[in-house]
Amino acid sequence: MEILFAITLGIMTACGVYLVLRARIFSVVLGLTLLSYAVNLFIFSMGRLTSGAPAVIGSVAEHADPLPQALVLTAIVIGFAMTAFVLVLALRNLKLSNTDHVDSQEPTP
Amino acid sequence: MALLLIILLPFLGIGLSRWWGRRGRSACALGAACAPAVALCVLLGQWGSFEEQTYVTHLPWLPQLGLNLALRLDGLSLLFGLLILGIGLLVILYARYYLSEHESIERFFAFFLMFMGAMLGVVLSENLLLMLMFWELTSLSSFLLIGFWSHNQEARRGARMALAVTGGGGLALLAGILLIGHIVGSFELSVVLQSGDLIRAHSLYPLALIFVLLGVFTKSAQFPFHFWLPRAMAAPTPVSAFLHSATMVKAGVFLLARLYPALAQSEIWFYLVSLTGLITLLIGALLAFFQHDLKGLLAYSTISHLGLITLLFGLDSSMGNVAALFHIINHATFKASLFMAAGIIDHETGTRDMRQLRGLWRYMPHTAALAMVASLAMAGVPLLNGFLSKEMFFAETLTQDLLGSFFWVIPVLATMAGAFSVAYSLRFVHDVFFNGRTIDLPKYPPHEPPRYMRIPVEVLALLCLLVGILPAYTVAPLLATAAQASLNTVIPEYSLAIWHGFNLPLLMSLLALLGGLVIYFLRNVLFTWFYGLPRLETTQIFEQCIKSVVETATWVNQRLENGSLQRYLSIVLVSMLVVVIVATAPLKSWVGSIPHTTPDAPMILGMLILIATSLGAAVLHRRRLVALSVLGVTGLTVSLTFLYFSAPDLALTQLVVEVVTIILIILAIFFMPYEVPAESTSLRRLRDWVVAIGSGVMMSLLVYAVLTRPYDSIAPFFLENSLVGGGGTNVVNVILVDFRGFDTLGEITVLAIAGLGIYGLLYGLHLAPPTKDYGGRSWSSDSHPMILDVVSRMLMPLALLISAFVFVRGHNLPGGGFIAGLITAAALILQFIAHGVDWTQKRQSISYHAITGFGLLLATLTGLGSWLFGQPFLTTAFGHFHWPWVGEFELATAILFDLGVYLVVVGSTLLSLSNLSHVGQDELAKEIQ
Repeated sequence: MEILFAITLGIMTACGVYLVLRARIFSVVLGLTLLSYAVNLFIFSMGRLTSGAPAVIGSVAEHADPLPQALVLTAIVIGFAMTAFVLVLALRNLKLSNTDHVDSQEPTP
Repeated sequence: MALLLIILLPFLGIGLSRWWGRRGRSACALGAACAPAVALCVLLGQWGSFEEQTYVTHLPWLPQLGLNLALRLDGLSLLFGLLILGIGLLVILYARYYLSEHESIERFFAFFLMFMGAMLGVVLSENLLLMLMFWELTSLSSFLLIGFWSHNQEARRGARMALAVTGGGGLALLAGILLIGHIVGSFELSVVLQSGDLIRAHSLYPLALIFVLLGVFTKSAQFPFHFWLPRAMAAPTPVSAFLHSATMVKAGVFLLARLYPALAQSEIWFYLVSLTGLITLLIGALLAFFQHDLKGLLAYSTISHLGLITLLFGLDSSMGNVAALFHIINHATFKASLFMAAGIIDHETGTRDMRQLRGLWRYMPHTAALAMVASLAMAGVPLLNGFLSKEMFFAETLTQDLLGSFFWVIPVLATMAGAFSVAYSLRFVHDVFFNGRTIDLPKYPPHEPPRYMRIPVEVLALLCLLVGILPAYTVAPLLATAAQASLNTVIPEYSLAIWHGFNLPLLMSLLALLGGLVIYFLRNVLFTWFYGLPRLETTQIFEQCIKSVVETATWVNQRLENGSLQRYLSIVLVSMLVVVIVATAPLKSWVGSIPHTTPDAPMILGMLILIATSLGAAVLHRRRLVALSVLGVTGLTVSLTFLYFSAPDLALTQLVVEVVTIILIILAIFFMPYEVPAESTSLRRLRDWVVAIGSGVMMSLLVYAVLTRPYDSIAPFFLENSLVGGGGTNVVNVILVDFRGFDTLGEITVLAIAGLGIYGLLYGLHLAPPTKDYGGRSWSSDSHPMILDVVSRMLMPLALLISAFVFVRGHNLPGGGFIAGLITAAALILQFIAHGVDWTQKRQSISYHAITGFGLLLATLTGLGSWLFGQPFLTTAFGHFHWPWVGEFELATAILFDLGVYLVVVGSTLLSLSNLSHVGQDELAKEIQ
């Protein structure tokens, strides 16, 4: 399981990084979203992976580590705010420079 | 406190001189003179009290850093304090008449007094770090004073050069002081001066010494840093007289005297200090002789005399130290008066060029007489103070032995420099006051300056004579106490008599006098030879260096910052990779001790979906809608993954965020161009894949290494205290609103700011929506489909009910403010989608700004509320209550905090989404009409 999980996160990170390095803002937003999935899962997995042990007292005997969960919960919400901000910034930029290239200008051939 | 007062008085004097400045220039000068006069009285009053003992006051400032407001008064500080205040007072009087009507005398005195305060700080500091602060302040105020005539390009350049050289030296000195502090363990001089043996034995001693000496040599214009001093002559002459002869350039040699017990008495000190001093002495004397500018001559002569003082300290003998201090006093008196005389000549004739100035004796005999006394003191003629210290200097050059069989080099070169100093003194006297008649003076005929402008020169010239004839009755006690403080031991026996009988030093003096006369008579031959030499323009070399530094910086900057986001990101990512690789390199094996577990079918399926959709998004990213749908699947699978690994709260949050994010992105890509050109070159794609795969591999290895290793978590604390201390069974929620409530408060603040930022960015933004989709088909005019309309109306109350349910149960079961807020936001957005902006906003007359703000306020007030009960910020109170019909239930103040979180999430999410739907609104409305 550990190997599978690690490989999955690796592939998600690689795809996210590749997308972030593209020249069009949409791909970058896509990449950022993918990267934040990977990073959130990464932080989450620092509390180790356990099934059927939610951190709710009284429900089960064993509990998963609640701290990374709390961290990731806020990270998800903040990540959403960041994505929204980047998108809106891109729209504003689209209006100003008339291109969706990340450098605000079409590349000169 | 008296010492603090002495330093503060000049700074206070700035205000006084400005205040009185309104009543005229004399009142301004009087105001400026008050502070140093009072400070001088205070200092003299202290003289009696410390009685050759060190007097230290100590106020802690930043004791953690070793920085204290500690001041000391001993003989050395007293000597320098008297020089600074005494000569400062004379220069203030002189400057009153020197500066012309249209120049701002108030500004001049402000800079001047600032410098004076800083210089007093340097000599009175007990703490080395404090001293360094004042040291830098002298560099800064010197910059302002040199550039006082800021309309003059030479002045600006000179100021900049002086600041660059002395400021750079200051940095080196800081390094040196930090090293000394590291070795000794304290920055207090009383400790440092007692630890000479400890410092010299330490392996860092040579480094510390070199850094300190860099500071000293730059400040005191020693070779090869001497070039700034002649350029600083662009300053008004009172500045040159005060800063560049009597005080600031002496700060360097002051430091040599100050740190003598701590750093001297080693071979490296001897070689570095004495040889630098010797070269500076010789070069300064030579170049001084060949200057045509009066102030240029004095500047190089100052360099030469500073070299002489440095050489004396470098000879590393107690007597050398005494002689150096004696020469500091003498040089300050005769050089300051010479500068003032040069200023008077410049003032009255309009030029400083010695080829034009001739025969001034017939126009200004009084000034000429004073200048002659001072120049003869500079030349070292008997019966004047310069002769005494020069005799001591010659005597000292004969006692050193570290150069072995070449010991004679130092006395021979010293005599040569002495001869040149006689020659340039003669030039100053004979060329200017005799030697025929004046040639083309800008102001003709010259006459004596105002009475009071001459007084400072008279006082100093008188001092030269008094010290020269009656040393034992004038300077001896001051010199003795200063030397005692500098050496920190018993001072050697010496006599300040004029006549010591026929001996070798006297012979050297006579040789220097004769040699000087010979050189002066051969001056025309020497000038022809000198001006045949290739010119070495130090200014140009310096400017060239600065220029090349700027060019290199620009080049590096352009490589790094070329305006391409892709470049920046790859630099950031590669650096991150390097950091991770370096950090994990010491790891012996990636496999840890925990045995692997076998994955079950749902897990394998989920991971495969994640892999497939991630790759799909990367490959299909140019087809936007498809890529977005694929990404949606990834997000939902992530949510399931959280659920599978016992994180229901995360699963819920991820689920709702996923929905809202996808809606947001769809709204945004509606305005973006459909076409995504395939523009990356193969090379670029290769680079990106290398970076991407590198990051992926490191991520995998890291996760694998962590997951197969045991760990020790602080989780048990939260699990144990959640119910007892926080009153909730859902530990994740209790952490958010209670244990780490302050973090959450910060996070919702960020969320609110992001919402407002988005509102600001979207305000007034209109984008033309496309009329056709990428297949070339027109958009449907039916913007609000019927089925969605009906369903959404029914869904709305249901969704709000669920949201309320999730919110209330959040403290004990999965849920809470974040999730409930997102559910409410999603429900409201659905209304926007189903009915359009106008329809929805008519029915929702709430301001999202207000909701966000109120939520933040509520959360903060809940936190502050605990102060009323004497508890720390954000302490939760909870209790169990009996409610009829419902039964026993629990109420915690954390629910109020969570309500704040809820409101902020709703407010800022809708702030972004509802405004985004406005963007195309106006144009769309027009199109439809």
